Amino acid sequence: MTATTGVHHVETRRGRYVDSVSLMQVSATVATVEGVDKAQVAMGTELNLDVLAGMGFDVPEGTGPNDMVVAIAARDDDAVAAALAAVEAAVDAIGTSTGAGGFGGEPEARTTGWAVQRTQAALAVISVPGEHAFAEALGALEQGASVLLFSDNVPVEQEVRLKDLAAERGLLVMGPDCGTAVVGGVGLGFANVLRRGPVGIAAASGTGAQQFTSLLHTAGVGVSHCLGLGGRDLSEAVGGRSARAALAALDADEGTEVIVVVSKPPHPEVARDLREHAATLSKPVHLVLLGPGQPTITAGVEGVLTALGADVPTWPTWGVPAEAPAVTGHLRGLFAGGTLCDESMLIAEETLGDIRSNIPLRPELALPGDLRHDGHLMIDFGDDTLTQGRPHPMIDPGLRLARLAEEAADPFAGVVLLDVVLGHGAHADPAAELAPAVAAARRTAGEGGRELAVVVSLCGTDADPQGLAAQAEALASAGAAVFSSNADATRYAVALVSGATR
Amino acid sequence: MTTLPLLDGTPSVVTTGVALFSDALRSQGVDVTEVAWAPPPAGTSAALARVLADARREEANRLAAERMLAASAHLVDVRPAGEALDLAPGQFLHAGPPVTWERASGPMRGALIGAVLFEGLASTPDEAEQLLASGSLSWEPCHHRGAVGPMAGVVSPSMWVFELTDPADGRTSWCSLNEGLGKVLRYGAYSEDVITRLRWMSAVLGPALQAGVRRARDRGVELDMLAIIAQMVQMGDEGHNRNRAGTLMLLRDLLPDVIESGVEPARLAEVVRFVGGNDHFFLNLVMPACKLVTSAAAGIPGSSVVTVMARNGTDFGIQTAGTGDTWFTGPAQTPEGMYLGDYGPEDANPDIGDSAITETAGIGGFAMAAAPAIVRFIGGEVGDALTATRLMYQVTTTENQRFGVPILDFRGTPTGIDVTKVVESGVLPQINTGMAGRVAGTGQVGAGLVTPPMECFEGAIAALADAAPPLG
Repeated sequence: MTATTGVHHVETRRGRYVDSVSLMQVSATVATVEGVDKAQVAMGTELNLDVLAGMGFDVPEGTGPNDMVVAIAARDDDAVAAALAAVEAAVDAIGTSTGAGGFGGEPEARTTGWAVQRTQAALAVISVPGEHAFAEALGALEQGASVLLFSDNVPVEQEVRLKDLAAERGLLVMGPDCGTAVVGGVGLGFANVLRRGPVGIAAASGTGAQQFTSLLHTAGVGVSHCLGLGGRDLSEAVGGRSARAALAALDADEGTEVIVVVSKPPHPEVARDLREHAATLSKPVHLVLLGPGQPTITAGVEGVLTALGADVPTWPTWGVPAEAPAVTGHLRGLFAGGTLCDESMLIAEETLGDIRSNIPLRPELALPGDLRHDGHLMIDFGDDTLTQGRPHPMIDPGLRLARLAEEAADPFAGVVLLDVVLGHGAHADPAAELAPAVAAARRTAGEGGRELAVVVSLCGTDADPQGLAAQAEALASAGAAVFSSNADATRYAVALVSGATR
Repeated sequence: MTTLPLLDGTPSVVTTGVALFSDALRSQGVDVTEVAWAPPPAGTSAALARVLADARREEANRLAAERMLAASAHLVDVRPAGEALDLAPGQFLHAGPPVTWERASGPMRGALIGAVLFEGLASTPDEAEQLLASGSLSWEPCHHRGAVGPMAGVVSPSMWVFELTDPADGRTSWCSLNEGLGKVLRYGAYSEDVITRLRWMSAVLGPALQAGVRRARDRGVELDMLAIIAQMVQMGDEGHNRNRAGTLMLLRDLLPDVIESGVEPARLAEVVRFVGGNDHFFLNLVMPACKLVTSAAAGIPGSSVVTVMARNGTDFGIQTAGTGDTWFTGPAQTPEGMYLGDYGPEDANPDIGDSAITETAGIGGFAMAAAPAIVRFIGGEVGDALTATRLMYQVTTTENQRFGVPILDFRGTPTGIDVTKVVESGVLPQINTGMAGRVAGTGQVGAGLVTPPMECFEGAIAALADAAPPLG
C-alpha cells in the first residue's frame, strides 16, 4: 500500500451529551478498527479541543463543551465509514448493560479479624504458617472470637500474649498446635464423632483427647465439649493459661457435669497449680496428666466412668489370638499421635527399660537423626520435624508404611505397635492402605524365618465416618491384633516382647 | 461465673488457612466463612506481630480515627504563597517526598522549569534547567510546610494559594489554585501559554477570590469545605478524579461575595468562566481540606494510621501517625487507565502528586462507589466501583459518616488507612489519579488508577515495630 496522508473526518454533533470517561472508552474502541490511524470522540471542552488540535484535527469554529466531536484519521473512506459505524455502535452501547453484574459483591475477607467482624462468628480456626499466625489470631480475639490455632512454630511469647488478651476479653485460645476440639457437638480438625453427654474435657494433647473421648463414647458416655489447649499450655512458660480459661468455661457450662483435664507430661509446678485451681471449681475435676507412675488415659476414663456410676466395659479388641505368638526381637512403635506415643513409652519402659525415641522421655534416649537403633524404639511420625512439607501421618501414611516395610526386614524387630486414629480430618480409609502393608510385612518376616507381630491401637468410635468395626476387621484379617485402648495394646505388645526377651 | 459464648449452641466459624478444616465443618452442617488469606510480604511477620502486640495500638488508632472524624476545614483566605508559606524568592515547594534534580522525573522537572520562568529567574527553558541543575535554588515537599499540591505540586512565591483552617485548633493548610486540565504546569508543561495563564491567575483570579473570601469571612460566613465535600460525594464526585459538583457548589457559595466585593465586571466574567470551565477547580480545596483531616491524627505514639500518601513522580512516600515526619518510600508505580488522544502507556510518567491525600482522608479512590460515572477508569462496571470501596473497609480503622455514600445505604467512606491491615491483608490502598506525560513539557496524558508500592508499608511497619516495646 502506498504511504498517503489518508482521510481526516471531523464532525460535530449537537445535543448528544456523553460523559468524558465513556467517550475515552469509545475512542479506544474506534481506534482499533481496521484502517483507522487515530480516533478521538470527545465533548468539545477546551481541553479536548486542544487534544484534537494536537492530534492534527481541524475542529469547526464555535464547537463548544456541549457538542460531541467525532474525529477520525483513516486510510480511506471505507475505513472512515467502518469507524463511524463503530462510533455509533459504541455510543449506542453506553447504558445498555443489563446490570447483570449486579451492584458489586462484598469482597472476600482478606484477614481473620475482618471476617469475624463481618460474621460475628464465635470461633476462628487458624492454620496459616506459624510466623503469620499471631496476626490472624490477634485479629480474631480483638473482634470477639475465640481461636483454635492449628498452626505450629508459633513463638512462645506470642502464645502468652494471645492467651493474656483472651483472658482480658473472656475468650479462649485453643493452641497453638491444637488439632482437636469438639464444641457444641461440632468436631474441629481431627475429632471423633461423639455422643453428647456430661463430660467436659480440656486437653493439652490432640490424640490424648481423641483416645479419652473415644473410650468414653464406647462406654456409652457422652461429651459436652472437648476444648484444646495446645501442647505447650502446661509448660512453665505458658503456665496453663488456656487450661484455666477452659476450666472456667466448662465450670460455667450448663451441659457439663464432670470436668477432665488430659495432658502429656506437664511441668510439675504448673501441674500443682492446676490441681489447686481445680479444687476451687464448683464441679468435680479429674486430672489425667501422663507421667511416670501416673494413671494411663484408659485408667482416667475408667475413673470418670466409676465417678459417674457407669459400668466400666471390657475394651473391645479384634483379632487377638487366643495364644500369644512366640516372637524374638524388640518393640518398634510407629505412631501418628504424640500423646499415644508418650503413653506407650511410659507403659513399656516399666517393663522393658530404655525406649529410644524422637520424642524421648529423657534426653539421653533420643534417637539419632536417621531414627535407627537396634533396641526398643518408638517414633512419633506426627512430630514437627517429620511433618515439614508433608501432610500429617493421620492423613498421609506414606512414611509410616515405608518404615513398617523396613521393620519387616529388620532381624531385631519382633513386635510393631501402630496407632490408627479415625474421625473427622483423618484419612478416609486408613485400613485400605495399612492392612495390605501389615500382611506384606508379616509375610516378609515369615520369609526371613521370623514371626513379626503387629499390634494396632485403633482410636475411634462407631459413629466415625470410617466405621470403627470395618476398620478393625480389615486390620485383624491382615493379621494384626487390634485394641481400642492404647494402654491395652501397649501392654499386649510389651508382653509379647518380654516373652521373647525371657 | 462468666460463660464462654463459644459453648452456646452450634458455633459459626471463620477459617483461615488449609481447606481441611472448612471442608470438615461444612460436612457437619456448620456455617463457615473462609478467609481469602495470602501471606504478608516476606520478612514482615516479626515486625507486624510486634506492632500488633503494642498495647498502645488500639487506643492510639481509636484516637487517630476520632481526631480525623472531628476535623474541620474552613476556607479563610487566598493569598500569595511567598507571604502565606514564608517562601522566599528562589525557593519552591513540590509534591511527594524530597527529590533531587538528578532523580526528578520529566513532569517534576518541567513544572520546576515553568515555575522558574514564571518567577522571572530565567528567560528560557534551557536557562531555567541549568539554574535548577546548578544547585543555587532550593525546593522541598509541600507537606513539610503543611501544604499540598496536585501532580508536580510545584508552588513558587508569586503563585497564590488557598488557606484553610480548622477553627477548633487553628491548624492551617494551603494549596495552589487549579489551572485546569491538559497543558498545565502541574502536569509538567511550561510553554508560553502555561506561563501566561499563571500570570493571569496571580493578577486576576487570586485577588478576586481573595476579595470574595475575605468579604465572606468578615461578615461571619463560614466557608466550610468539608460540608461541600459531603454534598459532592452524594452528587457523584469522589473528590479526586471527579470534582464537578464540588466546583459548582464552591461558585454557588462564593460568587455573591466576589460580586459584592466590587471586582470589575469584565474581570469577574473571566474568573467565573475560568472556574466554571474547570471541573477540577475544587480539587485544590478538597486536598487541603483532606490535609487538615489527616494531619489531625499526626503525632500519636503507637498509632499505625497513615497520615500522608504523596508521590513526586519518582518515589511514593507515606507517613504515619506514630512515626512523626519520617517518609517511608518506594518506587512510584505507573497508573493504569484511559489515555487522552493518541497517548498510550509508554507516554505516562510514574505516579505523581500530593492528591493521594484524598484517599488518605477516606475519599477519592476510597469513595469510588460514590462516583459511578467514572467507574470505567477501573475498566469495569458500576458494581466494581462498589466492590472497590468495600474492599478499602478492610484496610481502614473507621468510617466517616460525614461522607455517606448513597448507593451503600449512606455508609460512611472507609477512613484511616492502618499500616498493619495493609501488611496483613496485602491489600493496597486504591488511588484515583491523573497521568502526566513522561517527557517534561508534555502535560496530561490520561487518568486512571494506581496503588502505592508495598515497600512504603514494609518500611513503615519496620519503623513502627522499632518504636514498639518488645514482645515478652
